[in-house]
Amino acid sequence: MIIGRVVGTVVSVNRSDEISEARYLLVEQCNQKIKGTKNYHVVLDALGAGEGEIVIVSQGSSARQTRISNNKAVDAIVTGIVDLIEEKGELVYRK
Amino acid sequence: MTLARVVGNVVSNQKDPSIEGIKFLLLEKIDPEDLKGKNDFLVAMDSVGAGEGEIVFFVAGSSSRMTVVTNGKPCDAAITAIVDNIDMKGKLTYQKD
Repeated sequence: MIIGRVVGTVVSVNRSDEISEARYLLVEQCNQKIKGTKNYHVVLDALGAGEGEIVIVSQGSSARQTRISNNKAVDAIVTGIVDLIEEKGELVYRK
Repeated sequence: MTLARVVGNVVSNQKDPSIEGIKFLLLEKIDPEDLKGKNDFLVAMDSVGAGEGEIVFFVAGSSSRMTVVTNGKPCDAAITAIVDNIDMKGKLTYQKD
């Protein structure tokens, strides 16, 4: 999984993923200090993450292991909204 | 999924029989903020009818075989959406006309 910040949304009507009411977020990958790395991913969201929130993103075939993405053409999905990150006993991020 | 711009077609006459009739497009990955190309290119199968100049996103890896077009095919990248708009940091960075 990677850590990323939700920076926006991507809207598409013409899709072939066959997921009704799919919501796609634009997520900027972050390093462990929650600093953006300018790497952007389009990520399916089933949790209702909002702009500015830090999320956990699962990539690859693992992204298909949820109820809404099962056997769908999805390679990145939000699997968690982060509340707290701690590194070496130091608080890096708190929602 | 990754955002990219369709920059061209790739045509192959000698190919695996299972992928006959499938359209291949040349994609360049883009930065969603200014929509500029990153000089990073790939070939993807098309499952939505995308055309040159359009902004799309594609699925990579085994998930790319989950569309009706690419199911069971030797595919590792498939265009699954033509993007209508991108909203970034409260600003509309792209709107399809």
